[in-house]
Amino acid sequence: MRNTSRYLLAAALLLSTGATCAADISLLNVSYDPTRELYKAVNSAFAAQWKAKTGENVTINMSHGGSGKQARAVIDGLDADVVTLALAYDIDSISQIGKLMPGDWQKRLPNKSTPYTSTIVFVVRKGNPWKIHDWSDLIKPGIQIVVPNPKTSGGARWAYLAAWAYAEKKPGGSAEKAKAFIAELYKHVPVLDTGARGSTTTFAERGIGDVLISWENEAYLALDEMGRDKIDIVYPSVSILAEPPVAVVDKNVDRHKSRKVADAYLQFLYSKEGQELEARNHYRPRDPQILAAHPEFKKLPLYDVDDLFGGWQKAQKTHFADGGVFDQIYKPGGK
Amino acid sequence: MSFAGVLPATRWRARSALPGLGLSLGFTVFYLSAVVLIPLAALVIRPWELGWSGFVAEVTQPRVLAALRLSFGAAAIGAVVNTFFGLIVAWALVRYRFPLKRLVDALVDLPFALPTAVAGIALSALYAPNGWLGAPLMSLGIKAAYTPLGVVIALTFIGLPFVVRTLQPVLTDLSRDHEEAAATLGATRFQAFRRVVFPALLPALVTGAALAFARGVGEYGSVIFIAGNLPMRSEIAPLLIIIKLEEFDYAGAASIGVVMLAASFVMLFALNGLQSFTASRR
Repeated sequence: MRNTSRYLLAAALLLSTGATCAADISLLNVSYDPTRELYKAVNSAFAAQWKAKTGENVTINMSHGGSGKQARAVIDGLDADVVTLALAYDIDSISQIGKLMPGDWQKRLPNKSTPYTSTIVFVVRKGNPWKIHDWSDLIKPGIQIVVPNPKTSGGARWAYLAAWAYAEKKPGGSAEKAKAFIAELYKHVPVLDTGARGSTTTFAERGIGDVLISWENEAYLALDEMGRDKIDIVYPSVSILAEPPVAVVDKNVDRHKSRKVADAYLQFLYSKEGQELEARNHYRPRDPQILAAHPEFKKLPLYDVDDLFGGWQKAQKTHFADGGVFDQIYKPGGK
Repeated sequence: MSFAGVLPATRWRARSALPGLGLSLGFTVFYLSAVVLIPLAALVIRPWELGWSGFVAEVTQPRVLAALRLSFGAAAIGAVVNTFFGLIVAWALVRYRFPLKRLVDALVDLPFALPTAVAGIALSALYAPNGWLGAPLMSLGIKAAYTPLGVVIALTFIGLPFVVRTLQPVLTDLSRDHEEAAATLGATRFQAFRRVVFPALLPALVTGAALAFARGVGEYGSVIFIAGNLPMRSEIAPLLIIIKLEEFDYAGAASIGVVMLAASFVMLFALNGLQSFTASRR
């Protein structure tokens, strides 16, 4: 149903690009699940700035959903001008399978094309009744963990890699031990939602589980929504540097003649104003000054996917592809 | 001479008293092809990228089998539950008069009309361990949401109208004379129901159950929120298809789809056969 409306939207966009006069432009930003609030703020700020600069009215349409599903929709023809997804692998797929942009897309913008970063944290019930302070506490007997399915959720893949990084890099750790740790961890998971927002709902509204492994931005959003008297955020000793990248979809902007505004839109994410909006929506800005002005972003050691896992292509193949480590831990008898 | 040309045409036409057979049949074939057969053909062609052995390997993975078992099993249980309770609901709505009857009648259609995702969210909120129904069930030691039981609950919910709406017209048409005749011949109420009413209802009951079952097998939206989605335990086949698509494994997704299609088709075909068999025996 969602897809249908998306195609309708795409169709409407196609029609409108042909019909509108030069003063009105629209962009379609295809994004992942938890960025709704962020891009709502960014879009209106950018539209105001663009109007002041060029006199043109720009409308930015949004499409949100699980990162992998969104990538597939773009490959299958959803007419995105820009994609802002949860991880580089999904944009790689658009580049490699859909052939909609060159393979070196990630070099076109600063910081590996990620204007903001995030990390993976724990959300616990108020007062932290189970005393969960680090990854090792998650597999204590009786603890139930809520986390989405890494097969369908980008955030869940970052969470999985963060857990793995902890288990492999801690003193005495190894890849073998990391695999055992991950297998044990997922035994504590009673519900695998398909996306980050679904897991937040399961934990916060349905009262399932003792700890939610979540995006940092999603955790703060839950804190705002639920109230600070219901849940606490816990930072583990180490986590992962989550880099949700952005890119212009070349084939589509060339067809829409929207490259100029699409480029400017992504550049805006790196500007002072954009960075401040990202920080206010709980994404870690790249700008060191603005980051320093937001002390809620706790400093902790963050592992880099490129260093530890050899980049997303390799991480995907080893861990999340059909028959990868994640499938192996759910094999009967493999438990 | 002209006779020879006209005669076969008149004979052909004479088969049906109703005009327009050629046109309507042509349209039926065209419409069914465009709307049903061509998309299905596209689905059936796709898995052959894998070859026969690849297809078999794909659909006999334990995880795929577990998901298929859950989807078909839960849909079957839901259909059976609905057959029993749907009969009672339809009976009450047709045979009795009571206040707010029209409202109750309209309520039956709700699972039809509600967007499935809304139904799913409502059901999971209700049956979650902190929900109105989930909490009392939990104190009885029954975990409803996020287990296979949750899948059964969702499929029972969405299947109800299929049974009730199939039964209602048949029940309405069923004249009371037969029951009264049975009574005058000395049958008890139960005998009259079992020997007179039930056989007349059976074909509609089977059809309704089959429709509810078929709908349940493919249901995604309402189930996904309440199922728990754990591989091997509470993961339904349609979710596995979505996961395969997410991995850009279109052939794998289509393979599961083909198995579901084939199984559903065989079951519906068998039920149809059963229905005409019972109808002819009557």
